[in-house]
Amino acid sequence: MKSRVINVETLARVEGEGGIHVKITDGAVSEVKVRIYEPPRFFEGFLRGRDYWEAPDITARICGICPVAYQMSSINAMEDAFGMKVEGGLRELRRLLYCGEWIESHVLHVFMLHAPDFLGFEDVLLLAKEKPDVVNMALRMKKAGNDIVALLGGREVHPINARVGGFYKVPTRDELMTLMGNLQWGRDRAAEAARLVSTFPFPDFEQEYDFVSLSHPDEYPFNEGRIVSSSGLDIPVREYEFFFEERHIPHSNALHSVRKGVGPYHVGPMARFNLNFEKLSPLALKTAKEINLTPPVKNPFKSIIVRAIETIFAYEEAIRIIESYQMPERASLDVHIEPGLGFGASEAPRGLLYHRYRINDDGHILDAKIVPPTAQNLPTIESDLRNFIAANLEMDREKLTWASEQAVRNYDPCISCATHFLTLTFEQ
Amino acid sequence: MGAEGATNRKPEKRVMTADSPIVLIGVGNEFRTDDGLGPLIAREMRRRGAEGVLILETSGDGPAMIEKWQGVAAVLLVDAICSGAAPGTVHRFDASSKKLPRRYRFVAESHAFGLAEAIEMSRQLHKLPPTAIVYGIEGEQFETGCGLSDRVLKSVPELLTLIETDIRRLRTA
Repeated sequence: MKSRVINVETLARVEGEGGIHVKITDGAVSEVKVRIYEPPRFFEGFLRGRDYWEAPDITARICGICPVAYQMSSINAMEDAFGMKVEGGLRELRRLLYCGEWIESHVLHVFMLHAPDFLGFEDVLLLAKEKPDVVNMALRMKKAGNDIVALLGGREVHPINARVGGFYKVPTRDELMTLMGNLQWGRDRAAEAARLVSTFPFPDFEQEYDFVSLSHPDEYPFNEGRIVSSSGLDIPVREYEFFFEERHIPHSNALHSVRKGVGPYHVGPMARFNLNFEKLSPLALKTAKEINLTPPVKNPFKSIIVRAIETIFAYEEAIRIIESYQMPERASLDVHIEPGLGFGASEAPRGLLYHRYRINDDGHILDAKIVPPTAQNLPTIESDLRNFIAANLEMDREKLTWASEQAVRNYDPCISCATHFLTLTFEQ
Repeated sequence: MGAEGATNRKPEKRVMTADSPIVLIGVGNEFRTDDGLGPLIAREMRRRGAEGVLILETSGDGPAMIEKWQGVAAVLLVDAICSGAAPGTVHRFDASSKKLPRRYRFVAESHAFGLAEAIEMSRQLHKLPPTAIVYGIEGEQFETGCGLSDRVLKSVPELLTLIETDIRRLRTA
């Protein structure tokens, strides 16, 4: 029996700590593990007993890259529990905050983390040396996203201004207009970026996925909609746990999610794009068509193009919201606590983020469940690795190792997000 | 911990003019014990009223850091360090023209893009200020919780002296 092992102790250019281990025996892939060794962080545990209004700020601390997603999913869940519906200008401001996060996160991933893979640079520093104009452009594009979050969220990272019912403080029209110049500039650069990344060399690797994302009748999804899938699932957010479950895996401190009775599924930009293509904004749609990127996109390496298209959308949506902005009379609706269960979901840059809370009469959290996108994608990432390596066994080891890491980075995994769970088992 | 948590609680006074050509950035997370060094030093320097020095705090968003030091004469960065030295060891490294040694690991940084990457990228893009100095203390513990360990805390006065000496030198240069 002849075997060889591909081992990446520490994945580079991903958020958090993990590695990959692949065993090839007698010319076939016999074992694939994305090892998540970042310690568990117990957020669901220490939410218990806290007030409902603390959840947005506590869960925002789960991730420095997608804190808005955590805030929004927790707020959606609380408002669901209390039977509230936030509409009008406040709802628009929430979408604007989400635009900021998508811009920050997607630009970071497209240029700093993923592009070097395609261009053959070990990291973004070498990219900066060879293509300083591209990196300068990316830095300024990202800043436009940071500026939205700083203005609307109170600070660039871990924003503190979103609350159940609305915001603590809403900006004036003049304040928002200060963002406009950079957003318009960024929108046009994002279209250039999409064209640029569409010319990258992509491995021939199409997979059959069950894509899952939120879907809204009129909007490209951020923080509202039903959960739909490419295989025909169409459910309200509150039924999520009837159809999806998390499993413990020995080699991972992050849980693995599967669709019950079906198996792995795929969340994130490709899922959103494939399930909501026609709802993209005009320039995003036009650019996607121009570069022949239309659904279904099934090659995970092309997620970099989809992220660039979604970045155009985020700029355009931000501009639309600011142009039509009328400052709401009140920063927040009144909150009336209703005991019971609340369910919330939103579309983090990396995909669907589900929250569920049980609240008592006093507004205290009795228990919480949080399912981040990376936990949902981990089985699919392992499946991609297995299939990609099996199809490329003749590749030399160094190249195959590089390509395997790249295959993981297709998902922009956030390991820190995925290791927040609390499950303690005592053996006696 | 996520990558980019800004820890500044006080609003930044961003008045970057020729009168304040020095920027001091405390990098770290005050809720991860010794990783709170950067914010602590920033606040102490602010308390001491370091005139002409713009004092900021961040928990390590590399790209955002680059922007903060753009166009200034000197950037002074303070962070907890893991290099294998004894806990409490004070580090000072002039990164103005030399790459940071590989042994320096900055706790606050994201694995994606943190302080070291920000300095080197800035250098590649010709955006690194003429003077860029990294200060730190070798950390002992980085668990969740507030407050520095005794060995790190003991070295704080020495680090502050080092920083203040450099600031005086830079002002008269």
